[in-house]
Amino acid sequence: MKLGIYPGCSLTGSARDYNESVFAIAEACDIQLEQVPDWNCCGATAAHNMNKELSLALPARILAQAEKVGMTDIVIPCAACYSRLMVTQHELNNDPVLKNRVSEIIEMDFKGTTAILNVVQMIDKYVTPVLKDKIVKNFSHKVACYYGCLMVRPYKVLQYDQHEDPQGMDNVIRLLGGTAIDWGYKVECCGAGLTMSKTEIVGMLSGKIVKDATRRGAQAIIVACPMCHSNLDMRRPAINEYTKEKMDIPVLYITDAIGMALGIDEKKLGLQRHFVPVKMAEYIPPVPEPKKPKAKEPINNL
Amino acid sequence: MSRIGVFVCHCGENISATVDVAKVADDSSRLPGVVHSVDYKYMCSDPGQTLVKEAIKEHNLTGVVVAACSPRMHEPTFRKACATAGLNPYLSEMANVREHCSWVHDKGEQTTQKAFDVVRAMISKVSNNGALEPIKVPVTKRALVVGGGVAGIQAALDIANCGHQVILVERSPSIGGHMAQLSETFPTLDCSQCILTPRMVEVAQHPNITLYTYSEIESVDGFIGNFKVKIRKRARNLDEDLCTGCGLCTTKCPQKKIPSEFEQGLGFRPAIYTPFPQAVPNKPVIDHDNCTYYKSGKCKVCEIVCPTKAIRFEQEDTILDVEIGAIVLATGFDIKRSDFFPEYGKGKYKDVIDGLQFERLASASGPTQGMIRRPSDGQIPKKIVFIACAGSRDPAKGIEYCSKICCMYTAKHAMLYKHKVHDGEAHVFYMDIRAGGKMYEEFVRRAIVEDHVNYTRGRVSTIYELDGKLIVKGADTLLGAQAVEIEADMVVLATAGIANDGSEELAQKMHVSYDEHKFFAEAHPKLKPVETNTGGIFLAGACQTTRDIPDSVSMASGAAVKVAALFSSDLLTREPIVARVNRIPGPSHSTCVGCFMCQPVCPYQAIEREEIKDRAGNVIKSLARINEGLCQGCGTCVALCRSKSIDLLGYTDNQMHSEVLSVLEEAFV
Repeated sequence: MKLGIYPGCSLTGSARDYNESVFAIAEACDIQLEQVPDWNCCGATAAHNMNKELSLALPARILAQAEKVGMTDIVIPCAACYSRLMVTQHELNNDPVLKNRVSEIIEMDFKGTTAILNVVQMIDKYVTPVLKDKIVKNFSHKVACYYGCLMVRPYKVLQYDQHEDPQGMDNVIRLLGGTAIDWGYKVECCGAGLTMSKTEIVGMLSGKIVKDATRRGAQAIIVACPMCHSNLDMRRPAINEYTKEKMDIPVLYITDAIGMALGIDEKKLGLQRHFVPVKMAEYIPPVPEPKKPKAKEPINNL
Repeated sequence: MSRIGVFVCHCGENISATVDVAKVADDSSRLPGVVHSVDYKYMCSDPGQTLVKEAIKEHNLTGVVVAACSPRMHEPTFRKACATAGLNPYLSEMANVREHCSWVHDKGEQTTQKAFDVVRAMISKVSNNGALEPIKVPVTKRALVVGGGVAGIQAALDIANCGHQVILVERSPSIGGHMAQLSETFPTLDCSQCILTPRMVEVAQHPNITLYTYSEIESVDGFIGNFKVKIRKRARNLDEDLCTGCGLCTTKCPQKKIPSEFEQGLGFRPAIYTPFPQAVPNKPVIDHDNCTYYKSGKCKVCEIVCPTKAIRFEQEDTILDVEIGAIVLATGFDIKRSDFFPEYGKGKYKDVIDGLQFERLASASGPTQGMIRRPSDGQIPKKIVFIACAGSRDPAKGIEYCSKICCMYTAKHAMLYKHKVHDGEAHVFYMDIRAGGKMYEEFVRRAIVEDHVNYTRGRVSTIYELDGKLIVKGADTLLGAQAVEIEADMVVLATAGIANDGSEELAQKMHVSYDEHKFFAEAHPKLKPVETNTGGIFLAGACQTTRDIPDSVSMASGAAVKVAALFSSDLLTREPIVARVNRIPGPSHSTCVGCFMCQPVCPYQAIEREEIKDRAGNVIKSLARINEGLCQGCGTCVALCRSKSIDLLGYTDNQMHSEVLSVLEEAFV
């Protein structure tokens, strides 16, 4: 199985660990990931704040490059890149005039037919079907899956999962033998780009997320976005300042969890690169007590 | 040779602003067959009509063309004027130069030319018109009311009090509808059941009303004044004459833990049950899905305890055939349930409830005897958050329209809660407060000022549970979208009102149109709000759009008047615009070859088979015959007839042909 991959800037830089774990599980599941040739910046948050045509032309060129070499599916591990490419494809496919204009700008044909997959979609489509036979040891941990903003919104464009209460990663965790908790901050904001300019706001926003996961007994937070990861993991000092206590809950990529279940070496997954050490005790969910025969139904027996 | 009069209307400036009406009239006067042509400022006015009438007499006209607005507006006006002047009304035609011309084009020669083309086409058509006589059909003076909520009850009572027979059909085991579930009503806070149950009893006792509960409409055939309806009376598994409604069976039934529909799942009922104590009729039904006997073949406790031996396990559904003159649809509405909202827990939090559930909690006859207690643990909530517009005015996820009743019932809920739990805190999140109605705004003010309900303008983004509390996160948009977080004990969602389950299917059975939200469509949003596009079928209450009790009741009375008006004469006059199979003297009788291709395509089942016999009684030919009472003049059979044996009166092939040709002739000249 051959798939295209668009790494963007973060996967070759601050999210090297994410890149390593994506490639590690792909290799374990016989997926060959091939980079989009001569790829460029997706524009990130800067381009679409300044110039609409630029913000569409940059992702369109990446997609056109993929089309040129006949890539039909491309995986985009970074949620921000995923969002930019999805938004571009959606806008251009719905506006033929703009599509022509952008084609002129990039001096390339743009068809808009590529299937763009985020990491969870790639897992659903290509990893899950072969997962069962490959699991070496269950991922027996109680975790909080955190989706953040860009993986599930805007729903109109992405049409992926339930944007208010997504379940994609929760389902993967359950398949790995783990426990995914129901919690309150699944799709709340981590502070995103304020990490550079207003670190204390990231400390507060990410702090709330880390705190809620911890108080509900989660042993790790699972993410699928380099930005979320760096805010929850690297910005732990700012978080601790907000929470006024030392939070030691590790933050894992969903691919890390799969890699651990597949028995892949921790170094290969890049776990040693995390700021918060990845240490979790085994968690065995309690067996629910058998129902007592005549439990009082409160509402009717008041 | 025909003698045609042309009357061109200015319609104030509606037509004359873009069309040179004088030129149209002048050009028309030179067309063959036209003996009189004038223009006038308002042709529909009294002097305008007089112009037409006098011209008919003076010039001995054989046809009239009025170049004005759409025939939907004024065709009846001018037909009546012609009839007064002694001309057959079907010899007058409207040339639509307003909607089809002056309103949609700019001023100019071409616009005037188009108006003239339209007039010329109608002149050609009218020269081929024949005199037609209205069709008279008898009226069955019995009405059918579908749905036994407050609207259906009101319509049935009003029609019955006019002295006409009414059949009231209700799907559930009792009449009463949603109003029977409500605790108090806004804006007076009078007890809903106290004002409704006397009406329910009146229905049951009225000599002119036949009540069929636990019944549904199976099929509807026929037309205005002459519907043939099949009603499926579902088996109650009970001899209704023997049952005294003592209720012994319901207390002895071993199945006691079935969530009650009437209590919105907050209370329980047995498998043999009456939905609520004041049910009309007060006779139980057996719920086959949950009855031990129907599941395992054993039990029959109800049969054993019944003092009058009224239980009939073998009873089956019966189909009743009834003849009906008019139908009132009053099938009501439903609401979206809390499991529709993933952001509010998608139904997984027991203490996030919908408005109807709150009504049951607040109702003295409800599962908590009117104490506000939360469903999860029966505790009295000290802080309740009410969320208005849950799913309404939300084109992204819910419905785009305003459900209209929620602002008022949310104010009522908050008020009732404050009256019952004095130290409780009530918070309302709203988009806008829409309290249009008599004493409505005052009611909402009262909730805010006297009962200290905290109103926050803003949406709630999410609700999650933490340590037994519901954390409600929202924004206060009047304080610059400041984030608000409330730890609530219970949350009540004023969920969107939607069309009732099965309304689409019923609309198709009834041949009435419905809108994109599956609400039944009225014939005209302003001037025909209770009529449907199907003659003889009327609407009442929330089946047309969500509406409150006063609106439902007034609409029901309106529909009842329409029915009474229909029943006021013995014969019904119908437009003679019907299809007809041509008949010629024997031996061939008709060009119809009896292929009956037309029969299956007729949407009104109006095409019958007629057999032509010789003197010895042998069938020599089968012909199609069209029942003039059933035919609605849609023309489908005309288009399909292979031997061109069917013609639509008033729109014959000949008329249409000459109308089209006259336009084409000019175009090719």
